[in-house]
Amino acid sequence: MRAIATAFLTSLPAGGHVSLRLSRERSETIRVRQSVVEPVVRDDDFGATVVVTEGGGRGWAGTSDLTPAGLQDAVARARQWARASASQHVADLQAYVPQSGKGVWRQTASKPWQQTSVSDKIALLQAADTALNASDRIVDREAALWHTDVETLLVSTNGSDIEQRYEMLVPDLAATASDSNDTQLRTLGGRGVCRQGGLETLDDIQFLSRAPDIANDALILLDAPSCPTANMDLLLAPDQMVLQVHESIGHPLELDRILGDERNYAGTSFVTQDMFGSYQYGSDLLNVTFDPGVQAEFASYGFDADGSPAERAYIIEAGVLKRPLGAHLSQHRAGMAGVANSRASSWNRPPIDRMANLNVEPGDQSMAQLVAGIERGVLMRSNTSWSIDDSRNKFQFGCEWGQLIVDGQLTDVVKKPNYRGVSATFWRNLSGVGDASTWQLNGSPYCGKGEPNQCIRVGHATPMCKFSDIEVFGGAA
Amino acid sequence: MSRIQQHFDDMMTYALDQLTGKEDLTAWLSAESSDFVRINQSRVRQAGHVTQSNLSLRLVNSGRHALQGLTLTGDADSDKARISGVITSLREVVAAVAPDPHLLLCESAESVIDIGSNQLPTAAEATQVLLDASQDADLVGIWASGPIHAGFASSWGQRSFHTRHAYHVDFSVHLSGDKAVKAEHAGFEFTPQDLTDKVSAAKIQLTKMRRTPVTVRPGDYRAWLSPAAVGELVGLLAWDGFGAKSQQTRQSPLQRIVDGTASLSPLVSISESPTSGVAPRFGSAGFLRPAEVPLISAGRHAGSLVSPRSAQEYGLNTTGAGESPDSLTMATGSLADADVLRELGTGIYVGNLWYTNWSDRPAGRLTGMTRFATFWVENGELVAPLSVMRFDDTLERMLGSELIALGNHAPLSLSSDTYEKRSTGSVQLPGALLRQIRFTL
Repeated sequence: MRAIATAFLTSLPAGGHVSLRLSRERSETIRVRQSVVEPVVRDDDFGATVVVTEGGGRGWAGTSDLTPAGLQDAVARARQWARASASQHVADLQAYVPQSGKGVWRQTASKPWQQTSVSDKIALLQAADTALNASDRIVDREAALWHTDVETLLVSTNGSDIEQRYEMLVPDLAATASDSNDTQLRTLGGRGVCRQGGLETLDDIQFLSRAPDIANDALILLDAPSCPTANMDLLLAPDQMVLQVHESIGHPLELDRILGDERNYAGTSFVTQDMFGSYQYGSDLLNVTFDPGVQAEFASYGFDADGSPAERAYIIEAGVLKRPLGAHLSQHRAGMAGVANSRASSWNRPPIDRMANLNVEPGDQSMAQLVAGIERGVLMRSNTSWSIDDSRNKFQFGCEWGQLIVDGQLTDVVKKPNYRGVSATFWRNLSGVGDASTWQLNGSPYCGKGEPNQCIRVGHATPMCKFSDIEVFGGAA
Repeated sequence: MSRIQQHFDDMMTYALDQLTGKEDLTAWLSAESSDFVRINQSRVRQAGHVTQSNLSLRLVNSGRHALQGLTLTGDADSDKARISGVITSLREVVAAVAPDPHLLLCESAESVIDIGSNQLPTAAEATQVLLDASQDADLVGIWASGPIHAGFASSWGQRSFHTRHAYHVDFSVHLSGDKAVKAEHAGFEFTPQDLTDKVSAAKIQLTKMRRTPVTVRPGDYRAWLSPAAVGELVGLLAWDGFGAKSQQTRQSPLQRIVDGTASLSPLVSISESPTSGVAPRFGSAGFLRPAEVPLISAGRHAGSLVSPRSAQEYGLNTTGAGESPDSLTMATGSLADADVLRELGTGIYVGNLWYTNWSDRPAGRLTGMTRFATFWVENGELVAPLSVMRFDDTLERMLGSELIALGNHAPLSLSSDTYEKRSTGSVQLPGALLRQIRFTL
């Protein structure tokens, strides 16, 4: 990688600002389903993104041709687009100076993936698959591991030189229970339990020992009544808070959405630039940080794709909106401070504003205290359905697991728990925030946005959270 | 033979020469050379180009197998070195796994060569047409164009290759906030005036969005769903509704239809028809795809999409590709465009639905939002745009008991999906007139 970058900079003709971002992702997926080891799938995805900024225009090119001729062609194509866009770019780029930075960021795993043989990983998954096989009513089950090793190098004509390397793991367990009346799925968290690091993640989340519980949960759900329809208190577990934070805080605060870039695809935002600094987004219990430095969280990094150093920042503090999720170019366009969140899904897509790690800070209540404070409510775990409007306001979410709370006690399990609300008012109903003992690292490998489309990894660490007077409901009659 | 096809052929010759003993190999190529121009406020937001070539190799030995993907540079020496390394890596994995009881290989040497002609303009020329046509508007969207290639090769002798030179413009013109009109324009031969006309039509429709929006209370409303809105419903079904595995494991949202305990309207017939779009006629495992796979016929289950793996697992015949459709067609009905507002009478004209998801999958109940040009209609006249509403209803009602009529034409809509690569998917769906759709928020 270093040799390619050095040769690139050496041979580059003069003119404008040019950056080269080399990206290599080596992945391996191992899955055991219904006692059968599915084919191991590996991938070695290696390519480059070239960005040229000159004369008030900007162009980019992504290529898997990493030969000198291939990279020269990429520069020529990016330059061609920079020139073609020079007089009609949406941003004023005449005085824009692209970001630069230097540094090395590496994350180390205590149990690196490569140090365990394929055979041993298969044996682990076979044990998990066997543990999921709890009943004849379990009609489908699988255990899987998806590992990715990421290596990037950013260099530029204004001195950027940033190396980053990390590995990540997405474990998965799923059991489907079915009878003649219904089918119920229970999972580890729908691939939401994803972390940077190696196989130590499996120890942290008690991967193998959770398999029988997941199968048993699916069977319990099959026999459970549907969630009641009523307005009541709602206690959300961290593996549902992931989606709640992601959809109704993260996306509406992305600065490129606020600037209109996403209006044709991912949507606009009910948030406008003038709301930062004063808008009461939630109750005073709500504290949200952008924090790419959390050890093992899924979207941690040292520098974003522009080369901006990643730093923790409060996005919402005591319920008040503080700053948007906007990177260097968006900050230039909007004339306001943001964060280091310029990210691309791969070398074949240009960087745009993304969430990265967006976390809810812990409060001061234990799980027992949160439950004890609810007279009539429902606990929901593990997201299974998500939907929100164009402006990120009217939402509806569904979970795998529900459990009623009556007079401060967890009682009956209910299936198909759903709830709906409006972002602009929902967070003001936040009435209890769990302490650090309830705080969990989760995330998603599947955040979609951008034209051309980009699917990227995000991290969301949150505690248990209680919301008052929420519309909840169950399945179809 | 194009450069990319020749390179694929050369690399396969090299790869097959590396095999020893009882080894077999299959290969799937996915490649494109695409221009993407992203637009905001009728100005360029991001403009660029992607050259990518991804090869997936499957090494098989005595029923044991593994797969590995890699990016190709296009340079023979570099790519041979990488392919050699991948085969070595695959040998290590294959030695560590047991024979796969669900492995089904295509051992046919029959090849399909289907190379479309290139009638495309340069992306710079075409996007200038778009920018010029929208200077008095606030247009947001993307132009994508260029060749898309797929190839399959195997040690049994198949060397299939597919190329299409397609373009796609997906755009919306905006008034303020979420008030906007969406349109698309796609194909293989580009006529500037056609795109200008599309933009003009969207701008004219946008004038109707200037009226003060109507906000309706949650409840049941008569509604017309445009073909794009029907596409959003059917698109959700495409996740796992039609696949053999989801149906065999009782996870399909169509399970009650599959079981025969419920049905959709007799008006509803849905097929997978790969010859109608831009998708290759062969799948990534080398099997030829039937010209049509009936999935729903007159409201009843008619068939499933069966991957080679599910075919082996469940004792079915494979339909040649994966279990998510990429070329869905729906039979048309009798309602002409000119009669839609009159037949709707009073209710909601839904231009687009968005962000659909299941609220009760086993019951086929789904939720989603209205978006873009959605109007309140009274006595056959558009009154005003509708403030966005959430629906939560079942397929058995929306495409069953509450379905009054289907439109009499189903426009071909090429997918604008560009996750990882440009999609070769398409749909051909009519609009639908519903007696009721249930709005909840």
